Amino acid sequence: MTKEKKGMSGETLYKIFIYVVLITLAVVIIVPVAWVFLASIKQNSEFYGNPWALPAGFYWQNFVEAWNAASMGSYMLNSVLVTALSLVLLLVIALPAAYCLARFRFRGSRFLNTCFMAGLFINVNYIVVPIFLMLRDGDAWLKNLVGNGFLLNNLVVLAVVYASTALPFTIYLLSGYFATLPHDFEEAAYIDGAGYGQAMIRIIFPMAQPSIITIILFNFLSFWNEYIISMTLMSSAQGQKTLPVGLLNLMQAQQSSAEYGILYAGLVLVMLPTLILYMCVQKKLTQGMTVGGLKG
Amino acid sequence: MRSSKSRGRFLTLCVAPAVILYFVFMILPTLNVFRMSLFERGAYSPTETFVGMANFQALAKDVKFITAMQNTILLIVTVTLITFFFAIVFAAILTREKIKGQNFFRIVFYIPNILSVVVIAGIFSAIYKPENGMLNSILSFFKGETVMVLWKDQPMVIVSVIIAMVWQAIGYYMVMYMASMSAVPESLYESAGLDGAGRLTQFFQLTLPLIWTNIRTTLTFFIISTINMAFLFVKAMVAKGMADVGLSFMYAQKDAGLYGYSMAAGVVIFLFSFLLSALVNWVTKREVLEM
Repeated sequence: MTKEKKGMSGETLYKIFIYVVLITLAVVIIVPVAWVFLASIKQNSEFYGNPWALPAGFYWQNFVEAWNAASMGSYMLNSVLVTALSLVLLLVIALPAAYCLARFRFRGSRFLNTCFMAGLFINVNYIVVPIFLMLRDGDAWLKNLVGNGFLLNNLVVLAVVYASTALPFTIYLLSGYFATLPHDFEEAAYIDGAGYGQAMIRIIFPMAQPSIITIILFNFLSFWNEYIISMTLMSSAQGQKTLPVGLLNLMQAQQSSAEYGILYAGLVLVMLPTLILYMCVQKKLTQGMTVGGLKG
Repeated sequence: MRSSKSRGRFLTLCVAPAVILYFVFMILPTLNVFRMSLFERGAYSPTETFVGMANFQALAKDVKFITAMQNTILLIVTVTLITFFFAIVFAAILTREKIKGQNFFRIVFYIPNILSVVVIAGIFSAIYKPENGMLNSILSFFKGETVMVLWKDQPMVIVSVIIAMVWQAIGYYMVMYMASMSAVPESLYESAGLDGAGRLTQFFQLTLPLIWTNIRTTLTFFIISTINMAFLFVKAMVAKGMADVGLSFMYAQKDAGLYGYSMAAGVVIFLFSFLLSALVNWVTKREVLEM
């Protein structure tokens, strides 16, 4: 009897310990993020006081200034454009390619599959310099030819580079799914008189919807948050920038001018879309994460 | 009957755009990394002169590059050990116990993984800031003077990078191991419990060996990704040149216009990451235990 009681209290202690650890970890993650949200509505004078104080009121002026004076508004538009364009490009190019590579045997199909698999090991950080030089040489060549280079500092080119570098992972994920489908689906469509393209678009793609959504999610996050390629290819000082690069510049400039309110408003503008998306689809994201383990 | 010509046209139409883009923006630049490492290239003109292994010989003597590689190794070792230790232990506790609000914890722990590195750098600069940051306000309160450890240009800044990287990765891996641990059948634990195995024994004799394959794969990927993530974090969090890692050294050489030298550094880091993951793969090899 006494022994059982002792075991019970040890069990309770263990439970309490677990909760303390978990809550500590949750607090360590939530507090800094929440702090930035609160700081984004503080007046500048409040930053000289206690950093743990709550904001005195809602000072929306930070957002207005970040949006207009710090050009976060136009950076946001750039980011939306680049992310949307690269997602569309990626889907239009990767879906048919993954379908053919997974379901047709043709000359070189084996070789191409291996090639795209090898791409999983090529990290963008290594090849960003050669890409930059290639585009700069291209610009110099175009300047001779038509008097104007347009490959660097171009949002469309940036989107093309994003889409291209996402191809191996996307094709790998999609072909994995396409390969599991039985061939009867297309056979039936062919008998009904559908062409190759029709069978693919009408029959197969709708079935792949869950995989397509996973792909959109992962690539949205990586395109929206990316900053190394964007910083390198959009390096002109007065040119267009994407949101993370604009924010990084703001962070570096802010050290001298000490206008913290605008900086935190900028931080909120960058993370809000990803947080909202995450809240809507968190189940999908944490389920699909075993495939995302290849990321980085 | 369907002609093989229309089949060929369909396949070409589908596969060609992907192959072309992949070749132009991934294969070609990758080959260029290796080729350019053997050349010296003018900062503003595309003329190249072949210099053989000279870039690599210069690298071997460059103190800055050696420091950068040491920093890289320091980050790999500390970040990997801390992240994996806590992720695996917490995951084991969470999957074995019935926890109220398990879903809530899972959602929260995953949040850092969806934030941009730039945002994380911003958040941590709010913590480390010398004047009125969260951490330093607490430290200054005890010390009675303004302290600025862990700030961008301080010698300890590498520690701030380690903390930020662990903060970013830990929840993600925890959720991942929870998924694989929950696949271990409960009956195994029950029979182990009947045999008198305590929680620790169960963890070392059952849980760990059963998910070992998963740990091994993720470990290899984590090491490769740490080399890349360290670059992103250092670039966003650290004052220029204060605590370079391999890839940020490479990028700094590119900014200085030394393209050949920069690419030689890229080749060395690339080979280093491959050798390291092969080594880890070999060291962690165990006989697979079937469930």
